[in-house]
Amino acid sequence: MAELTLMKNAAEQQLAAEWQAAKTRLPGPAPLRAAAFENFAKSGLPHRRIEEWKYTDLRALMREAKPLAALPDAATFAALKDADAGLGDLDARRIVIADGYLEPGWTNLNESDPGITIVELLAWLGDADLFRLNDIPEAARKDIAVSLNTAFMTGGVAIHVRKDACIERPLHLAHVFSGKTAAAVYPRSVVIVEPGARLMLIESHEGPVGIDYQVNTALQIFAGEGAHVDHIKVTREGDKALHISSLMADVGAHARFNTFGYTTGGGVVRNQLFLRFGGEGTVANIRGATLLKGRQHADTTLVVDHAAPGCQSREVFKSVLDDESRGIFQGKIIVQPGAQKTDAKMASHALMLSDEAEADNKPELEIFADDVQCGHGATAGDLDEDLLFYLRARGIPAAQAEALLIQAFVGEAIEGIEHAGLREALMEAVAAWLEARG
Amino acid sequence: MPLLEIKNLHVEIDGKKILNGLDLVVNKGEVHAIMGPNGSGKSTLAYVLAGKADYEVTQGEVLFEGEDVLAMDPDARAAKGVFLAFQYPIEIPGVATMTFLRTALNAQRKKRGEAELTTPEFMKRVREAAGKLSISLEMLRRAVNVGFSGGEKKRNEILQMALLEPRLAVLDETDSGLDIDALKIVAEGVNRLRSPERATIVITHYQRLLDYIVPDIVHVLSKGRIVKTGGKELALELEASGYAQFQEAPVAAE
Repeated sequence: MAELTLMKNAAEQQLAAEWQAAKTRLPGPAPLRAAAFENFAKSGLPHRRIEEWKYTDLRALMREAKPLAALPDAATFAALKDADAGLGDLDARRIVIADGYLEPGWTNLNESDPGITIVELLAWLGDADLFRLNDIPEAARKDIAVSLNTAFMTGGVAIHVRKDACIERPLHLAHVFSGKTAAAVYPRSVVIVEPGARLMLIESHEGPVGIDYQVNTALQIFAGEGAHVDHIKVTREGDKALHISSLMADVGAHARFNTFGYTTGGGVVRNQLFLRFGGEGTVANIRGATLLKGRQHADTTLVVDHAAPGCQSREVFKSVLDDESRGIFQGKIIVQPGAQKTDAKMASHALMLSDEAEADNKPELEIFADDVQCGHGATAGDLDEDLLFYLRARGIPAAQAEALLIQAFVGEAIEGIEHAGLREALMEAVAAWLEARG
Repeated sequence: MPLLEIKNLHVEIDGKKILNGLDLVVNKGEVHAIMGPNGSGKSTLAYVLAGKADYEVTQGEVLFEGEDVLAMDPDARAAKGVFLAFQYPIEIPGVATMTFLRTALNAQRKKRGEAELTTPEFMKRVREAAGKLSISLEMLRRAVNVGFSGGEKKRNEILQMALLEPRLAVLDETDSGLDIDALKIVAEGVNRLRSPERATIVITHYQRLLDYIVPDIVHVLSKGRIVKTGGKELALELEASGYAQFQEAPVAAE
């Protein structure tokens, strides 16, 4: 066990022990898992001297690794199936992933839906499909959090949308931590949207307050040529939770790809997005809104790889930081050689509601083509006194005036969402967050 | 009791004295014009009445229907019926004008213990008031003042005034940047609100606006005090002779 000698802190040792105990019983692709664990074992948990993890020192933040969560019982799945999604009146098809597991035996194959099949990920993976798990952007392959997910993934769904199928009803993957004691969950899902098809996918993540459970979730999306994919992630974990998520998307030519991340929950949250545009003429909107209070820490780290010419991407991220919270945005846009006529604009804005809050912004452009339009802007500031005065001079009390301006600030990111029902649901969620703030 | 009573008001900003013992009494039903050269303290007076934070009152008092206005928050003053039409109306990205108007109106009503307006009631009032000011509903769906022309911003101020129906309206250089047609529309909006129960203070550099909003009383403000008070003919005199004579006037206690 040579790799164990490199393991320094308790969490790293626990992960190694967990691996030894679980590696033979975890289903699915053993060699892939082993290679992924090896990648982790070589370097350990990422820490502040790893540039991509500079502001989220996982070695320091993750004092221990919780044991792998067990499969919940049937009653737990039954209860979660009908739970309120907390997304307003939004009508979506809800699929529960509890503690990292899809309900055993669940599939939509019996519905003989011509457009879409949904099956359990690890059950679906035959030899012919295994390559999908490893078909991820280079930056993601190196990433330790992604490696740990690959090593320990317990399940999730494989979704397949057939060519030119338009799935009208949004699909909602509801990830819930149902445990009474802390545990670690590793859900993984793969979504294949064939050319010309359309899908709106919502993933939500929630769990109880007061339990320091750990989530390492990963989602792969393959959007074919001319496909239209809307992806929304709602992160509302419990206050003590550690949540790491990795979105890996491979987007084909002339596709439309929109992703929106809404984060209000979790003690420590790391949202990683690895996006690759491999064909010409793709239009992508990549947005997010994060609202934090107390001592919450949320990090959005984005790598957008323009690997083909003539793609357009817009990145807009907003964070509202109260109390002693810390919001981090790292955005990297890569324009590969030959990706001429790339049009990429990135903006990240932080609104500081407290003197003790901290915002870290790190935009990066790596451009290897000469005929491109790329830009980025980052700001951090508090509420504008003149705006507040104008509202108050019209009779709007201070707290309400602040709320109005905060909603407007966040709304700029949310209004880009095409689905009206979801847009309204998120604005309501923002209003509720403001109400709770008092 | 006067509607507004300002006694010996001294105001500083960043340690610089702007108002130096200003006295003013405004009764219900009156329209006062306050004229004066640039830097005489006109806008400071407007901001102090509305409650802007940067201004420090070092002496004197301001009573609105006998109550100490200076102790009130800006929103409390607004609910009491004090309204300032801003010289430079502020753009508020992301807040639709309609939302803003409704939030303001209902916040004031709530503060006064009145029921909030229902959507149809509110819409009826907005349509009526906007129509009179040639403001389109499309404009009201846009963010507050964002992308508005100078004239549209000023008309939007008057629209807010028309909906909020203040007891005391203070118009700070509302005529600046307006062409003659817009000026007439704005003046008509102000005149519609004239009543024995309300009062208006028109702050202006030029006499032009006073052709359309005819004042009962005209004051000349210079170096932070009112140095002359007269009837509407005083405005015409000033137009002919300029402010130079007042700027030379000695200021006591400086």
